[in-house]
Amino acid sequence: MSRGTVSIDVERCKDCDLCVQACPPKVLEMSAEVNEMGYRFPVLHDGCTGCTACQLVCPDYVFQVYRFDVAPDEPHPPGQAAAPDG
Amino acid sequence: MTEAAPRLVARDRPDLILGDHGLCPGCGEPLALRILLEVLEELDIVRRSVGVVGHGCYGSFVQIMDVEVLQCLHGRAPSCATGIKRVRPGTVVFTMQGDGDMVNEGLQEVLHTAARGENVTCVLLNNGVFGDTGGHQTATTVVGQRTKTSLDGRDPETHGYPIPLAELVASLAGVCYVARGAVSSAGGVARTKRMLRSAFEHQLAGDGFGLVEILTMCPTGWFVPAGSGPQYLTSSLEAAYPLGELPLRGQP
Amino acid sequence: MTAATARQLHDGCAAITESAIAAGCRFFAGYPISPFTGLLENMSRRLPEAGGHCLNAESEIEAVNMALGASAAGARAATGSCGQGLALMQEAIAELALNELPLVIFNMARNQQDYFQATRGGGWGDYRTLTLAPKDVPEAVEHTQLLFHLADRYRAPVMLYGDPLIAQTHVSVDVAARDFGPLPAKDWALDGSSGGTGHSRQIWTWAMGKATEPGPGPDGHWRAVAAKFDEIAGTEARSETYRADDAETLVVAFGSAALFVEHVVDELRADGHRVGLFRPVTLWPFPGDDLAAATRNASRVLVFELNAGQMLDDVRQFTHDRGAVRFIGGVSIHASGLSFGPLLDVGPIRERILEAAA
Repeated sequence: MSRGTVSIDVERCKDCDLCVQACPPKVLEMSAEVNEMGYRFPVLHDGCTGCTACQLVCPDYVFQVYRFDVAPDEPHPPGQAAAPDG
Repeated sequence: MTEAAPRLVARDRPDLILGDHGLCPGCGEPLALRILLEVLEELDIVRRSVGVVGHGCYGSFVQIMDVEVLQCLHGRAPSCATGIKRVRPGTVVFTMQGDGDMVNEGLQEVLHTAARGENVTCVLLNNGVFGDTGGHQTATTVVGQRTKTSLDGRDPETHGYPIPLAELVASLAGVCYVARGAVSSAGGVARTKRMLRSAFEHQLAGDGFGLVEILTMCPTGWFVPAGSGPQYLTSSLEAAYPLGELPLRGQP
Repeated sequence: MTAATARQLHDGCAAITESAIAAGCRFFAGYPISPFTGLLENMSRRLPEAGGHCLNAESEIEAVNMALGASAAGARAATGSCGQGLALMQEAIAELALNELPLVIFNMARNQQDYFQATRGGGWGDYRTLTLAPKDVPEAVEHTQLLFHLADRYRAPVMLYGDPLIAQTHVSVDVAARDFGPLPAKDWALDGSSGGTGHSRQIWTWAMGKATEPGPGPDGHWRAVAAKFDEIAGTEARSETYRADDAETLVVAFGSAALFVEHVVDELRADGHRVGLFRPVTLWPFPGDDLAAATRNASRVLVFELNAGQMLDDVRQFTHDRGAVRFIGGVSIHASGLSFGPLLDVGPIRERILEAAA
């Protein structure tokens, strides 16, 4: 289950691929379609941790990043570290 | 299982950015702009800040930054900043200049301003190339780096050596803070933002001259694909220009 | 008890300094170079006493750009040099003109060879530099304050064309503040306060504005600036005549040269010659209409300047009868290279006028 999510302004993207490279859980993948400028844009898969790495590295300010706050009695899923602060 | 509404943890861009910048895919300069404006917002100094912007691809930022700006002659931003700060000492004054602007045309301006200890913050966007004119060698182009005026790579025999600006500035008394960051990774962006924050905090405290040199990607000027910018930066510029807060000499 | 006299004994550099301070100048930056250095020294001592800042800049280019910054922040600012240093400042002078920033520039020239530099300009683009050429220290005091007013009124760099005699001669002068009338507030000046409002101020020669509030852009802006200089050309030309009304021979001279010509005119008049002087006070805008009127009845128009013939071009353009114009000046430099040579003297001037009038 994803602990975070992003909104993606696909029309701003210029297909530089930096977000795909920066994403620690590797849940971003460039699309098959293109936007109005002719660029591919990122698509989000399950497993986002809301770490904000994509937002930090995106030169075109494509991402807003959100976290789903997990209730205190919910254990962290094994293998996932707490999201780093930006 | 609790399903909370998602909490916004990172905005795409601050309100201080008024529109799209139109720079190349993978360019590092918009990252530097964003973190600088975020710092001004977080320190709540936007309404007393004046930026002096030089000439380069980043020059177009004057159209999208909701901060008072003087766009000045190539290389001369530190001198203009001096004039502004002297007559309005309560204003937060910063420059934004590329390596061609600051280290080529304006080398004496920044060194003199630093030595005088002017209480301003200079920001160097260093990608080792004159991007705006199409990709030509600057004083910070590293050995082996190909540009349109060093097509086989910068060769010390013909082109001499690059200038590490942050180290030069750090050697001068009057300087209170010098740091070099890189926006080639998420961690790098975050650390560079903290450097900018420190630099502006020093200005607010009246400590003297501050410089933040930011290594930025220029895949177009480097002849690499947009996605290869960070790797090229790490293997070339970062190898010549170490990151971190520089130790200062020359302190009284 | 008598009121203290306002008159003080100052050399030109000191007098200009006091006059600038009286005008509200609070920022000065300069680089030592003869004969401008005295102005920098005086400013260095006096401006901080008046609550201002004077920087001995590390170069002329830095000096003028510091002053540009101070001006952009709304201060009355000035710089200066002599021709050689002003040569370095040309890019910034153009930038000031196209940024519409006020600045007073003191050319304490070594001679009269910078007339072209001042009036044609060596910067880039379509701009002009309003230039006043005082003939002596008292006029330099007046011009200094007028220039701060005109710079603010027109939002442009303006120049005082001085010289070694003005810089270094002590004269008793009244440097009290003069009032040239109200000026609009500098609401364009940068202080940070409009940041984050969506309407933040921008000073940019290309005037493209912001993404949310586009400006006129370089085409619209540079046309407007050119039109402004046309307006200045129509309203700010100044000249003086001396014993010119019935002159058969009219001598045209500016600055200290005109002072000497005045004296020679008196000598020649005493000998029965109908000689007079036309003195441009503004080098730009050149007082062409005044010159045309003054030369209407002159059979000879003699241009006396200490250079190879620069104002000569402007005199030829506007004289009523171009055929009447003759050049009686010349390059004449002191052995040191730093001041006027032997031609700037009553004897040689008198000789040349008589020779031309013969």
